[in-house]
Amino acid sequence: MAKTEKNILSISDVSIGYGTKTVAKNINFDLEAGMLCGVVGVNGIGKSTLLRTLGGFQTKLSGDIILNDKPLEKYTSATLSKELSVVLTEPPASKNLTVQELIALGRQPYTNWLGTLNREDKKQIQASLDAFLLDELRNNKCHELSDGQLQRVLVARAMAQDTSLILLDEPTTHLDLYHKVQILKMLQELAHHKQKTILFTTHEIELAIQLCDRILILDGKDHPFGDPCQLIEQKHFDTLFPSEMVQFDNKTGTFKVNK
Amino acid sequence: MQGSRTYRFSFILMLLALLCSLLLNISSGSVTIPFPDTISTLLGETPEIASWEYIIWDYRVPKAFTSILVGAGLSLSGLLMQTLFRNPLAGPFVLGISSGASLGAAIILMGTSIFAGYASLSFLGDITLSIAASVGSFLVLLTVMIVAQRVKDTMALLIIGLMFGSITSAMVSVLAYFSSAEDLQRFNFWSFGSVGNLSINQLLLLGSIVTLGVLLSIASIKSLNAFLLGENYARSLGISLKKSRMTIIIATGLLAGGITAFAGPIAFVGLAVPHLTRQIFDTMEHKVLIPAVILYGAILMLLCDTLAQLPNSASVLPINAITSLVGAPVVIWLLVRKRKMMF
Repeated sequence: MAKTEKNILSISDVSIGYGTKTVAKNINFDLEAGMLCGVVGVNGIGKSTLLRTLGGFQTKLSGDIILNDKPLEKYTSATLSKELSVVLTEPPASKNLTVQELIALGRQPYTNWLGTLNREDKKQIQASLDAFLLDELRNNKCHELSDGQLQRVLVARAMAQDTSLILLDEPTTHLDLYHKVQILKMLQELAHHKQKTILFTTHEIELAIQLCDRILILDGKDHPFGDPCQLIEQKHFDTLFPSEMVQFDNKTGTFKVNK
Repeated sequence: MQGSRTYRFSFILMLLALLCSLLLNISSGSVTIPFPDTISTLLGETPEIASWEYIIWDYRVPKAFTSILVGAGLSLSGLLMQTLFRNPLAGPFVLGISSGASLGAAIILMGTSIFAGYASLSFLGDITLSIAASVGSFLVLLTVMIVAQRVKDTMALLIIGLMFGSITSAMVSVLAYFSSAEDLQRFNFWSFGSVGNLSINQLLLLGSIVTLGVLLSIASIKSLNAFLLGENYARSLGISLKKSRMTIIIATGLLAGGITAFAGPIAFVGLAVPHLTRQIFDTMEHKVLIPAVILYGAILMLLCDTLAQLPNSASVLPINAITSLVGAPVVIWLLVRKRKMMF
């Protein structure tokens, strides 16, 4: 991983939460270009809050968030839109958009006041359509798509936005195993081949272990971060869930239900 | 998004339809003027009966252009609201914005005589009336917007709009109770809705207001498109939520308020036309939808006004009744046919 030593995202001593209520504190991690990073943890531990904070939707309580050598709060929404794109859990407000229209909206940060697409924009849109196998569906309306297809469209839109960092909130929910793997594989390819830094929250710990370059475990204490294999060796997954119900098998990297 | 190239044919058809409905509108009325004579008068010739020239140029042409402005503006305000509230049932009437404008107008029409003892419908009076109606609709819109931030539910928003309608009409009733019979009658006539009787100056003023609203809408095309994804996505695309939301609200307030001031509260056009337009222009791109909705609204309003004239009869029906009779079934038909109305 010594291709580019540049950190896209650096988080140090960050606390997140709402107003006076702290959800999680002392979060530290760095991400380089081209890394796929999963954020795991039990429900309510602050995965989405972290993502919303990184995405600029809510302010951090304390600490430093540095995106491309610049503090996150120094970005305006216009400059941030060229550095960071998001895929949220909420569906698009209008499902009457076609696949191509929706992906084209990802080019808004670069288009003129009327949103006219130039050659570069069209190239990016086509590349996104191809990368997520959406070319045949380009003229379909979003309400005609399956959950898996719609999720691909939303990720393709983020790709078309052409930002160095992409944040995704639970991109694999509501999908079957095949489509979960498919979307994560596509994210991995996007990270490795296009040198995008991708951070996503997920409950698919076993898949994340297999596919991610880095994993951040939100456990409410020291939030371990690192290479999945290291984290397994350091037995960080063992304490993720109460051990009387599920146990982590360090050899196979999977969870077993206690009978 | 795909350019408007694919829709060029539809646009040409609609322009033709607009021309036809304009001619139909001008050629019909309480006084029968043969169609060829209407055309020749419009082309600048003097008709055989001198009064025809007067009827066409001083009454029917201004009325037709008022219809165009009213239909286009209301439809556009409906489109803006449906996108802004992400709600297919939003429209100036449903969300209580027309009621807000009514309250503003009522205060001017009935209140001035209570408070000041006089009210003249001079040009200055028109400006006051349109400002009052615009401010009224703007305030209701702003309140609905604030409430909409708290309740995400589509239905709840509509009920809130309905409640605002009730509140404002209650206030209008109170005003009506204290005002003179003369003022009351004036307000009543206003509330029937009418596109006739506008002087050239009034027409120019209405035209400027609608133009301003249209220009603000055009300036908002990009943010309107981004709002189709939802506000969080719009923000992540670099849209300044506050600024663009405010621009859209001001545009809507000007359009709905200004039009309501001059033509009275006109129902259903704002709600129905955007949906009808999407039957022809199957896109969500506002670059296409804004001109399409303007054209469609103008055509529909011209046709409604032609109907209201009751050809060959001296009586004129309230335009509000006609648009409701046409608009309400359209909404029901859309709901039944598409089950879930999409925007």
